[in-house]
Amino acid sequence: MGGGEKPKLIIDGKRIDGRGMDDLRPVKVEAGVLNEAEGSAYVEWGGNKVIAGVYGPRECIPKHDANPFKALVKCRYTMSPFASKEEHSRSGPNRRSIEISKVIREVFESLVITELFPMTQIDIFVEVLQAEGGTRVSAITAAAVALADAGIPMKDMVSGVAVGKIEGEIAVDLGREEDNFGESDVPMAISSRNKDILLLQMDGLLTKEEFARAVDKAISASDKLHALQTDAIVRSYEKLESEGLEL
Amino acid sequence: MGESAKDVVMHDIKKGVLLDLFKKGERMDGRGFEDYRPVSVKKGVIATAEGSALAKIGKTQILVGAKFDLATPFADRPKEGVFSVNCEFLPLASPTFEPGPPNENSIQLARVTDRAIRSAEVEGDNSITSTFFLEEGKVLALYLDIYVLDHSGNMTDAASLAAMAALMSAKIPKYADGKLVRTEPIGVLPLKHFPIATTIAKIDKYLLVDPSKEESFVADSTLSIATTQTGLLASMQKTKGAMSRDEVLQAVDIAFKKGDELRKYIL
Repeated sequence: MGGGEKPKLIIDGKRIDGRGMDDLRPVKVEAGVLNEAEGSAYVEWGGNKVIAGVYGPRECIPKHDANPFKALVKCRYTMSPFASKEEHSRSGPNRRSIEISKVIREVFESLVITELFPMTQIDIFVEVLQAEGGTRVSAITAAAVALADAGIPMKDMVSGVAVGKIEGEIAVDLGREEDNFGESDVPMAISSRNKDILLLQMDGLLTKEEFARAVDKAISASDKLHALQTDAIVRSYEKLESEGLEL
Repeated sequence: MGESAKDVVMHDIKKGVLLDLFKKGERMDGRGFEDYRPVSVKKGVIATAEGSALAKIGKTQILVGAKFDLATPFADRPKEGVFSVNCEFLPLASPTFEPGPPNENSIQLARVTDRAIRSAEVEGDNSITSTFFLEEGKVLALYLDIYVLDHSGNMTDAASLAAMAALMSAKIPKYADGKLVRTEPIGVLPLKHFPIATTIAKIDKYLLVDPSKEESFVADSTLSIATTQTGLLASMQKTKGAMSRDEVLQAVDIAFKKGDELRKYIL
């Protein structure tokens, strides 16, 4: 993080990639991109490429973890060794991805109606194939569509978006440079109908007033993302069979 | 997961059904014995990697990313670069894949893919890694990561296609002031042989190219054969079961023919 010279993040009121403060990067959502998984989704969000696959409800392993009253939700978020512009990294979980897996899991624990499937587990696997800042919120947005694609009952849909502060301004959907050189980063996940905040993390410094604006902007952005998610699910029912991934 | 009584019974039932079809010269999905499922390869799909490709054979989908790094050469080969292949069976790719460290199957896939490329392009004179020398004690390392995204049979051939296509698309970064400048590529890899694997399953007396998931499940044996554009065998790997001398030689003939066909998707 933060290596190298800090670039100018706002020029003539426009951000580094030409966006206004409330604009999302281009977002593409596809449902049902994998054949083996019971539910799947692909999200291309700026330079992020993320796939999510869902299995379950299926037998809980190890068996002694099974809960007689509800399903367990499990989540594994990992990043490919070639996902970053910098050096090759190792496959599989690390400290960062284990924390992110936990907070994503907690988002879906509050949405999935787990009481319907006692003694089982529901697995959410998210793979970041290409990263450009905002991978955890891309992951949540993809995982929600994958769960819907798998037909798993949920109380509400959810999408994620990070809002942050760059050169004194509150900006929606931070890109890589904005994340690295900005003053603050607040990734959030917002449920579609109730506007509940299901994920909230923050680093950097903000006043209470700035934070409130960041939350309001995240809620507005989540409406746009929800429309894209819904459209992807509708389109998946129009296809006779999955055409696979279009990276 | 251990083999249950249900698995044993299902195996025998499925094998019976498939064999009845084979006797009529047919396969479950309508293919001929030497036909591949639809194949597609797309290069340069990951912008953060120096090379990449997504290969699909039927419903099997495999992504390979190629990354360069700086490395210290091995003591016995101070002028040679490093080449390394790793494979991940992503748990989203199949209900039978579990999260965790690489198991014997993913290690085998990585090593089989590695061997074909190593035999044809890395060992010997004018190899790709002989161009990786930078300065005393510093060479380039090339990492290939095989990412199985969707496993619907015959991962070996999909991984081989994606790996070769990723190598072909790879841009070698510039080396300046002890660092790699990834934004300034200086060229591509000097590939010569283009090895490609063809996998053949033996079920009873029948040899079937590109086994589907069901065919692999009941296969008595499978043999993967990598052939080069230059008419050479680059690597072979047989799994379980037995094959006769004649069957192996017949499989080699098929592999040369099919290798030429598959190579058209990447060249």
